[in-house]
Order: sequence, then C-alpha cells, then structure tokens
Amino acid sequence: MNRRHLLLAGAATLAAPGLLRAQARGPVIGVSWSNFQEERWKTDEAAIQAAIRAAGGTYLSADAQSSPAKQLTDIESLMARGVKALIVLAQDAQAIRPGVERAINEGVAVVGYDRLIENPQAFYLTFDNVEVGRMMARAVLAAKPEGNYVFIKGSGADPNANFLFQGSMEILKPHIDAGRIRNVGEAFTDGWLPANAQRNMEQFLTRNNNRVDAVVAANDGTAGGAIAALAAQGLAGSVPVSGQDADRAALNRVAAGTQTVTIWKDARELGRNAAEIAIRLAGGARLNQVPDSVQWSQAAGRPTMTARFLAPVPITRANLNVVIDAGWTTREAVCQGVPAGRAAVCG
Amino acid sequence: MRDVPGGATTGAPPSFRALEIDPRLIGMLGALAVIWLGFDLLSGGAFLTPRNLWNLSVQTASIAVMACGMVLVIVTRNIDLSVGAILGVTGMLIGVLQARLLPELLGLEHPATWLIAVAAAIAIGGAIGLFQGALIAYLAIPSFIVSLGGLLIWRGAAWWVTQGQTVAPMDGRFRPLGGGIEGAIGATPSWIIGGLGCAAILGALWATRSRRIRFGFHVRPAWAEAVIAALACGAVIGAVLVANAYPIPRGVARRMAEAQGLDWPEGGLFIAHGLALPVLIAIGVGIAMTVLATRTRFGRYVFAIGGNPEAAELSGVNTRRTLMLVFGMMGALCGIAACIATARLNAATNAAGSLDELYVIAAAVIGGTSLAGGAGTIAGAMLGALVMQSLQSGMVLLGVDAPLQNIVVGLVLVSAVWVDTVYRRRIK
Repeated sequence: MNRRHLLLAGAATLAAPGLLRAQARGPVIGVSWSNFQEERWKTDEAAIQAAIRAAGGTYLSADAQSSPAKQLTDIESLMARGVKALIVLAQDAQAIRPGVERAINEGVAVVGYDRLIENPQAFYLTFDNVEVGRMMARAVLAAKPEGNYVFIKGSGADPNANFLFQGSMEILKPHIDAGRIRNVGEAFTDGWLPANAQRNMEQFLTRNNNRVDAVVAANDGTAGGAIAALAAQGLAGSVPVSGQDADRAALNRVAAGTQTVTIWKDARELGRNAAEIAIRLAGGARLNQVPDSVQWSQAAGRPTMTARFLAPVPITRANLNVVIDAGWTTREAVCQGVPAGRAAVCG
Repeated sequence: MRDVPGGATTGAPPSFRALEIDPRLIGMLGALAVIWLGFDLLSGGAFLTPRNLWNLSVQTASIAVMACGMVLVIVTRNIDLSVGAILGVTGMLIGVLQARLLPELLGLEHPATWLIAVAAAIAIGGAIGLFQGALIAYLAIPSFIVSLGGLLIWRGAAWWVTQGQTVAPMDGRFRPLGGGIEGAIGATPSWIIGGLGCAAILGALWATRSRRIRFGFHVRPAWAEAVIAALACGAVIGAVLVANAYPIPRGVARRMAEAQGLDWPEGGLFIAHGLALPVLIAIGVGIAMTVLATRTRFGRYVFAIGGNPEAAELSGVNTRRTLMLVFGMMGALCGIAACIATARLNAATNAAGSLDELYVIAAAVIGGTSLAGGAGTIAGAMLGALVMQSLQSGMVLLGVDAPLQNIVVGLVLVSAVWVDTVYRRRIK
C-alpha cells in the first residue's frame, strides 16, 4: 500500500506540469436547476458562477425545465461529466431522492439548494422560511400591536406557505391568546396568484365591514393583491401589510407607504454560499466541517440534516437604502412616483 | 329562431308565453336568484349588500368581456384556450409600456399614457388573435391545437417580457378602468347613464315593434311589451339604486370633501360609489357584441358557419375570413380584459389571467352556448360569468377553503350543461 502511494507520488511529481494545470482548473461543480423560467434563478446562477470562477473551478449546469424526471437524468449526465460536487435545486423533493443517493454513493457531495432534500448525507442550504414568517409578523405587530388581523397565506400546495404561517403564528399566538389580536380571516391563495389574494381580501373586508387593522400577506405578490383591495376602501397606507421577496413593485410600495415590510432574501448571497460550500465539500471536507452549519431536523423523528440557514433582512421604509446600496435595485425604481418627503431614500 | 310566429297560440298558459322571453334566460336568472339568496341566508345577510354586489360586478367584468368573444368562437365550432395567456402577455406589455417606457418618453402621469396603453392593449390582443385566426382559417390547423400552442407561447411570452418581474404601479388615469374608488363614477352620472339606458331600451322595443308591424310579422300583445319594458328598466334602475347605496368609505369621503373645501359634518357625509367603470365597459362590450351577432351580416355569417359550415361556404360566405375575424375580435376583447385586470390589481403580473380560459369557456357554456356550434347568446354568457363569480365570491365570504371552491364550481359547470342538454332534447 505504502509503496504504491509512494509510486503514485513519484508519478505525480513526474507529471507535475500536467497536474498543475489540472489543479488550476480546480474542482468541477455541477448545478441541477429545477427551472430557469423565473428571473430569480438567473440571479442565483450568476452568483454561483462568479464564486466558482473565483475559486478556479469549473461550472457545469443543467435545467430540468420543471420536470422531476428530466432532473434525474440531468444529475446522471452531470456525474458522467465528472463533477466533484452537485448543487441541486429540487423540482420535487421526493422524486429527486434516488438521484441524490446515487451521487452520494459515488462520492459526489450534494448541496440541497433552497429546497429541502431530506437525505442526512446531503447538505441543506436555505433562507430560514420560518424566520421569514416571524419577521413579517414582528414588523406588522410593531405597526399595529392589537386589533383585527387578516392572514393572506400562500398556495396550499407549497410547504413553504406553511413554514411562513407557522413562523408568523409563533410571534402572534401569545397576543391572540391574550385577546389583543383577533384572527378575523385567513385563506390560502390558490397558485400564489395576486388576483386571488385580492378577491379574498375584498371578501374579508366585506365580512368584517372594513374593521381590519393589519394584514399578514405571505409574499409580495399576494401583498399587492391585498393592497389593491385595501385601496378600494381607502385603507391602503393606514393598514400595515407584510410581504417578502423584495420585488421591485413591492419596494416601490414600501417607499410609498402602502406596504409595511418586505423580507429580502438576497439570492446572490444564497448562490455565493452554495458555491463556497460545494467547493469545500468537493475538496473532501465532511458536512459538519462546513462553517456555520447546524444540526437540524424538520420534525421529531425525521432525519437530522446538516444545514446552513441564512438570515433574511426585513426591508422597511427606514432601511430601503440597504437594497439600493447592495445593487439589488436602483433608486429610480424604488422611488418612481413616490411623493417627496415620504421616504428618506427618495428625498 | 324563437321568433316563429304563433308563439302565443301554441300552448298552455298564454299569459307567460306571450312575453316571448327565452326560457333558458329565465332559468339562469332563477338559478342566480337561488345562489344569491342561499349565500345571503348562509352568510347572515352579508351577500346581498350593495357593497358585495358592487364588488361582485367588478370581479366579473374581465371574464364577462372575454366570454362575449368566446360565444362567437364556440358558435363557429371552435375553441380558444389561449385567452388567459393573451390577457397575461398583453397586460405585461401595457404594464411595461405605461410604468417604464412612457414615463421616460412623456414623463410620469402624462395625460395621454392611459389612452396609449388601452389602444396598445386592443391592438396587441387583436393582432395575436388575428394571427391565430389566420393559422386556423387559412392553414386549417384545428383551433384546439393552435390555441393550446398559443396558451404555452403567450404565457411564456408574458414571463419573458420582464423575466417574471411584477410591474407596478399603473398610471393614475389608467387605474379607474379597474374599478375601486377612482373607477366609481358617482351618483349623478349613474342616474344619467341609467336614464339613457332606459330610454334606449324603450326606443329599441318600440323600433322593433313598429318594424315588425310594417313587415306584417307577429308582434307581442301591447301589455306584454309593457311588462318587458318595465322589467328591463326596473333592472337598470335597480342596478343604479344598488350602486348608489354603496357609500365611499368615511376616510376617503372626508378627504374628498376637504379637497373641495366642504365642511365635514358631524354624522359623516354620504358620497355614493355609483356604477363602476369596468362594469360599464363590460356592459358596453356586451351590447356591441349582441348587435354585431344579431343585427349585422357578419353576425349572421358567424351563426351560419356554426350551423353548417359547408352550406355557408357553398352559399358564398367567405368562411375563412369570417373565422379569422372572429378570433381577431376574441383577441381584442382579451386586450380590453387585460386593461381591466391590470388596472384592478394596479400591477401587471406574468401569472395574470391564469386559468381564465377555463372560466371564460365555462361562463359561455353555462350561459347556454352549445359546444356543437350554431347556438349561443352574449347575454347568456355574461350571466354565466356572473353565476361563476357569485359562487366563488360567496364561498370566500362563507370561509370555504380553496379546494372545495373548485370542486363546487366544477360540479355546477357539469350540471348546468346537463340541464341544458335535457332542455334541448325536450324542445326537439
């Protein structure tokens, strides 16, 4: 054995120039995307690519075009092209598992990107969705400590909708139990469609004869729908509304004062972290050697995962400059049509 | 078809027959009444309030506009699955136009912005429709396939316009098209429109009657004409009364009063919403389409093609051109619906109009349009849209969850068509 190692080492020394070139190329990292239709993932891709290139690695990618079956073949072909680590944005958390298992068995490290892949040997990197829910509730609670609350939830088919609602409820439950806050309406928003959120909000306002004091909306799209319904009753701006994603339109509403908060999950941060972790794992590090990783389990009795949770940033009228300074959007886009003196960043 | 002379002499209760109202229309109005009263009872009186009815009318507007076009498409034995996607891409394009392009060219909140946006919407929608219509009519590709492809293409295009980004807010003069406080025309203009509407109904009834007398056709007895006139005018005045009974919220009313330099009285001020602009647009489209379908050569060609395409072609109807124009019109109506939907949400989103194609087809079919072609009315389709929206909004008011809402709407669609089939078999 030892002798063989020595031999190999000798061969390596002899082949040094070739080896150096190989090292300069660095690890090959593959990314399996679920679908590229959303603008969102293009942002992530640019960040991942930049980070891998900075580390001297090679970026390979495949787009599953929303098909769980195609994603399985994508993973196989990426492995055939010799990747050392895989970053996987799962289209279907269950259907992806055989592919991930095969990769891990062949010694390819796997990073579950943004969506949970429940395999203890895969790393899980995401923004903390429960924390997003908490942040939305905190911001609304700060604006309206008591009164009638409406909950415009996300799509019932998306587990993230439940994480968000769970987080919001963690913050609001004590206040509801104490009778300071009343839940006067909650509804899932079919397909996350703003138009559905608007219709639900209109019906809640009708049912409660406009006695709605605050709205916890699950994302910026549904917040937009809820705010349009509030505006029809002259309530936009006086009823706090939450959201998340830091959409361009939502940031504009935050500046104008019709939306209270939008939780910003910087996709570039997520991409950079994923690339960094993948490179580290490709270099032979064990999962728990990744800095800032925690042991986490979805629920009691479920497998324990090694994960890194990134902290999202709540954006309110007071700190709009954060997204502008980070280059996420431009001052013109945020301030379009905002009356002077409404928000500090807009003058 | 039912204006065959002798309607009053063929059968049992002559009093009712003499009115010569389509029994299916009465059936639909009856169903609507049952739905409304049912929801009102279950919700403890929250459904039949001026406010809810006003909301309901606005929520129905965009589907109702598209349903008008869908009637003609289905009458020609075709289908258009792409209407929701056309609404989506048109909404995105005019959203970008008025929120990003025009502000740079003309400045923010320029008075012409909304007009350009509306014209662009109708032009874009119409162009897409004509293109699809040409493929269907001249290349003989089945409309199901062309519009299925269109559904994918235009939905994808809507995504492409801004790479999925939502565009907001819309121009201040464009927003009234979607309703809300800015889109409510107020009490006095509502009465004026209501009065004009009544006058138009009376005039139309009188003109029809005198024309029929001139040609020696059968006419209704005078009392029956009076009943119909009273019912139609009653409906118009009722709608105005309901819309005028819905006050603008206190806070806004106060701001409006202060803006006009009025004192704010102790008990508040009652400023009525009045009719909503999107609803007036939908009704205007409905009337225009009804005239087009029943009073013009184009309309007669459309129904002739639907009744028997070969016969229509042999009798010299340019079936291909007519078919292409029907789809072009469908597209233009999608453009109008896109204006309403975008203005109402005050944002253009790439998912706007998702599944609308199914609601539009359902509205037309519930409204008595036969999928076999050749038969259907605009008014029926608009009522169908109102029935569907009543079910959906009513269930939200009762707190019924989303999956159950879809189940109920699906059941109603299938039973409505079943009832219609049974009825048709009977009258044969």
